[in-house]
Amino acid sequence: MVSMSEVRPRAALPERAARKQVSVYMRLAHVGLAFWALIVIVPLVFVFLGSFKNNTEIFGSPLSLPGELRLDNWVRAWQTAHVGRYLLNTVIVVTGGVTLTMLLGSMAAYVLARYTFPGNRAVYYLFVAGMTFPMFLALVPLFFVVRNLGLLGTHTGLVLAYAAYSLPFTVFFLTAFFKTLPTGVAEAALIDGCSHVRIFFQIMLPMAKPGLVSLTIFNVIGQANQYLLPLALLPGDAEDKFVLTQGISNISVEAGYQADWGGLFAALSISIIPLLIVYVLFHRQIQSGLTAGALK
Amino acid sequence: MRHGKYPFVIGFLIPPVVLYLVFVIGPYLQAFYISMTDWRGLSPEVRLVGLDNFARVFQDEMFWKALRNHGQLLLTVPLLTIAIALLFAFLLNVAGGSTGNATRGLRGSTIYKIVFFFPQVLSIAVLGVLFQLVYRPDEGGLLNGLLGKAGIAPVGFLTDPDLALWSIIAVMVWSHVGFYLVLFSAGMAAIPKELYEAAAIDGAGRARTFFSVTLPLLRNHVQTGWIYLGIGVLDYFVLIKVLSVDEGGPDGATTVLGMQVWKSAFTNYNFGYASALGVVLFFIVMTFAMVTMRFTSNREETEF
Repeated sequence: MVSMSEVRPRAALPERAARKQVSVYMRLAHVGLAFWALIVIVPLVFVFLGSFKNNTEIFGSPLSLPGELRLDNWVRAWQTAHVGRYLLNTVIVVTGGVTLTMLLGSMAAYVLARYTFPGNRAVYYLFVAGMTFPMFLALVPLFFVVRNLGLLGTHTGLVLAYAAYSLPFTVFFLTAFFKTLPTGVAEAALIDGCSHVRIFFQIMLPMAKPGLVSLTIFNVIGQANQYLLPLALLPGDAEDKFVLTQGISNISVEAGYQADWGGLFAALSISIIPLLIVYVLFHRQIQSGLTAGALK
Repeated sequence: MRHGKYPFVIGFLIPPVVLYLVFVIGPYLQAFYISMTDWRGLSPEVRLVGLDNFARVFQDEMFWKALRNHGQLLLTVPLLTIAIALLFAFLLNVAGGSTGNATRGLRGSTIYKIVFFFPQVLSIAVLGVLFQLVYRPDEGGLLNGLLGKAGIAPVGFLTDPDLALWSIIAVMVWSHVGFYLVLFSAGMAAIPKELYEAAAIDGAGRARTFFSVTLPLLRNHVQTGWIYLGIGVLDYFVLIKVLSVDEGGPDGATTVLGMQVWKSAFTNYNFGYASALGVVLFFIVMTFAMVTMRFTSNREETEF
């Protein structure tokens, strides 16, 4: 409301004055935006520079250039601290987890969206309710479920848990998506004697590709960032099975004991840089994949 | 034509439903039962203790500290994130001024969006370790190194009880602004240009345009953002576990209920008590979700 009094006369200003005001304003906007960009970039630059420094340099000046390119920090992080193995483990678990999530999620969502049968709504709401449960309420019993199945400390156990906890949102999102697809093609195929299973895999899944792509990206990022489940399901004695998120916090604790700060900076760089490359290449898809989830 | 429908439906539903029941629904139900026992994981016999665990929850000093911190997080994180994201979204999309008949965004807006969004794809564990280094209490930390250059004595960002929670709030806002910027930008792009033209003809300035045109039409997006951030904040303990000193310290200054559940279960093996805390948190999240839905249920769809 305050703005009204100061804004009103502006319309009456001569054209040139108005334009001048615009450019001052634009400059201010750019200053604000550039400032935030710095806030985002500087911590990342700080980590990357630190990954080549020795302890003296790290405690010298945070943003100074390293005296030389000390690649041994990176070698130590990769070999001694096992970042390489953690990265590989993450790739294995996320590949398995997302494949299973998308397969089971699209099967359930397709049936719930396109077929009427008693109990359809009940199953749908059972899945959707899972979106609001806080995960650590289930953590203790889940630990024992996985242990009783003999899957504690295995990637299989983690893949199953990832898929199960990704299902609520996946089913919710894909059910809405399958409902928007036209029914004509599937009906024609059914009349021609095509089986339900074949219709699903050969007609409906290709038609649903945009939704599936968005949700795959969403799940890849969500599962790669998962920390709670691996922490509970891969206990300390299964260190060779650790995924990156839990590995990096482990390395951080170890670095404190051994005062290997250069190694920690390098390990952090190794976990950020691959993601940064993938992000720069696919930023459009990643942005729309993640925000599509929020808008449904 | 309907031949074979039921075998197909059942065949397709069984694998996902079974997995979901065993790994998700089952554990949740068990958690409610365990919360009424004194189970410590070791002894095979489990004693039912009724609501004793819940009585202990409400006498626990850490529980009240955690609750207070939840309140602070719930008030500050969504407010700061949404305010900053809205401002930037407006600057990027609308504030470029109108040339002829189109409002345009600021130059470089794509680059800004790419940069701002990046923290969202970093995992919370990486975020925690990264900001441990940024906040280090000596000159090796990014902030204290820079402050030291300016002749300011090192600040205990994570060790000062008055500052620790704010330092963590800053990380949450830092990582989320880009996401909501992109979300709000998408909403702003859908607002027809004619509305901005009309506002300009009526002599509305930028601030006026923002509050009278953009914000009301983005109501749904802002509400969605609020619910997401609210539930996210209640659920947010991974960052606190990795980043804070002494898991929720100093002396509970940054603890949240999730942190207390974790400590009771996996540090003290007090599963009954941990589950009781979890159940209390469950009802808090549910209440938040329901209250917010109630307040926002009169969301009328805006047709353009």
